[in-house]
Amino acid sequence: MPDLLLDVQGLETQFKTSDGVVHAVNGVSFNLAEGETLGMVGESGCGKSVTMLSLLRLIPSPPGEITAGKAIFFNQDLLKLSNEEIRYVRGAQISMIFQDPMTSLNPVLTIGLQLEEPLMLHLGMNKKQARARAAELLGMVGIPKAADRLGDYPHQFSGGMRQRVMIAMALSCSPQILIADEPTTALDVTIQAQIVELIKRLRDELGMAIIWITHDLGVVAGIAQRVVVMYGGFIIEEAPVNELYANPQHPYTIGLLGSLPRVDETERHRLFSIDGLPPTLYEKPKNCPFAPRCKWAVERCWNENPPFVEIDTGHRLACWVDVKTGRER
Amino acid sequence: MTANNVLLSVDNLVKHFPITRGIIFQKQVAAVHAVDDISFDIHRGETLGLVGESGCGKSTTGRTILQLYRPTAGSVVFDGVDLVALRGEDLRKMRRKMQMIFQDPYASLNPRMTVGEIIGEPLVVHKVAHQKEINERVEHLLELVGLNPAFANRYPHEFSGGQRQRIGVARALSLQPSLIICDEPISALDVSIQAQVVNLLEDLQNQFNLTYLFVAHDLSMVRHISDRVAVMYLGVIVELASRDEVYYHPLHPYTQALLSAVPIPDPVADAKRQRVILQGDVPSPVNPPSGCRFRTRCPIAESMCAETRPEFREIEPGHFVACHFAERFL
Repeated sequence: MPDLLLDVQGLETQFKTSDGVVHAVNGVSFNLAEGETLGMVGESGCGKSVTMLSLLRLIPSPPGEITAGKAIFFNQDLLKLSNEEIRYVRGAQISMIFQDPMTSLNPVLTIGLQLEEPLMLHLGMNKKQARARAAELLGMVGIPKAADRLGDYPHQFSGGMRQRVMIAMALSCSPQILIADEPTTALDVTIQAQIVELIKRLRDELGMAIIWITHDLGVVAGIAQRVVVMYGGFIIEEAPVNELYANPQHPYTIGLLGSLPRVDETERHRLFSIDGLPPTLYEKPKNCPFAPRCKWAVERCWNENPPFVEIDTGHRLACWVDVKTGRER
Repeated sequence: MTANNVLLSVDNLVKHFPITRGIIFQKQVAAVHAVDDISFDIHRGETLGLVGESGCGKSTTGRTILQLYRPTAGSVVFDGVDLVALRGEDLRKMRRKMQMIFQDPYASLNPRMTVGEIIGEPLVVHKVAHQKEINERVEHLLELVGLNPAFANRYPHEFSGGQRQRIGVARALSLQPSLIICDEPISALDVSIQAQVVNLLEDLQNQFNLTYLFVAHDLSMVRHISDRVAVMYLGVIVELASRDEVYYHPLHPYTQALLSAVPIPDPVADAKRQRVILQGDVPSPVNPPSGCRFRTRCPIAESMCAETRPEFREIEPGHFVACHFAERFL
């Protein structure tokens, strides 16, 4: 087992709003090994983005607050660092690319300036060195005539090209961890394929670890080595990628996989649908958060929230029921 | 297929949007070639999937069929009547038979109207029922789409995305149309909710023998719901065939690349696949490439592709393709 790069234990994040406390993340634990790609899957509002923003301490406070947990990265707890210290982690050691490449680039600055900023800030380069490195980075992410395009503004790039610029920026300081928050969701499928290939190539060249956040179980299947599934602010299942798709154990994971039509499907069949709606998160659930939508739910599911335990090597699960027998484990 | 089985027939449809310059004396300087000479038929009771990437003109096609945009050229024959020639009251009467479901369930419902008013409005506009009948019909429609009839007095903000899309479906059904154009009806919804809405659309189709034009960019979902599939690229249909033909024997290089780019939620199957990764971006529809629209990104393009626009031809029974070299893939 390669060395652990990041170890998150019991992370809890809440938002205090006028309507009450939103329990966005309720004790999430996971880890990441060096050079590993971890997929984090869940629907909107399940807490996957908030988990990542919490690690980088990008939660706006107030209303947001990290109420418990620790995140060990190189013998330091990211959640306890001062604002000054975390700034040296962000962008330099852990960097992030976001879903919408239009809103995450500054529209009034040239992309050259935006690429040079982290280089000068974190790596102490001078203007000229930064300029040369920025051109190199743009070339690396496959933008033609890179040096000529440093003076262009974000609106002069297409969506896929902007996402390449974001990737170049995120990789500029050779981070150990790249957090990719739905990086291909806003892109067309042929452009998505280009970006996924690009990130895979860069991962193999540069050897960084990646946390790939998405709602698309298809994309994750192609890039991740291990996948965690989130629901209602909890991690409910974690397994190596082949195991998760071949042998899903949580009713939610099973439902999610069953509700996807496949482009290689051979026969027409009715899609499996998960009835009901995702939870609202205004109360910290005492029962299993998925119980109201679960067709396997037994009485215990309504009384106790199942612990997250290992059921097989590397396969962890938070569910009282064994879906094969329909009885409690 | 006999001719009277055709519900909608689109012939050489063109829609250009003018780009003008000047404030008082406007003159047209260019045009966005949103839809450029497309032809297809939809048979009664079938679902035609229309797929393509953003900006390829698939939504414009849907709207031009309904005459929400007036076509620049071509004809749209619905139930034996050419809609392009109709004006005013005559067109309004035809619109009753064609409805639309929109992509964004948040933007397509008026926040100041109750759900009952929203679903009942088409009945009021077309003067087909009295208030009492409308109320009954609204309740029935709500039940039909799986919502509680008591919700008629609530406002759209009280509903989730999936429930709102159900309201949009109920509104589209209120006039008992024969054709429904579904413009990306599920792409704004979460995965587990998408399946609910798709299953509902399928049930309603079976129940009322509805005809769908299903516009989407999600190839997996289009495969699931469609009987036939048309693939669009930059304003033209490049391939049209039964869904199994399109997915098993794609003859256009764009269709092949598009299919190979779709991720499969299965790591084992995904690793086995041959990927065709297209280079570059879709060119601008203001100034589309000469000849074949796809030639700038096509892996098999030759010099003739720049000179002559490939004809949209029937290469096998029911399988249409617009490529000079489609025979290579037979």
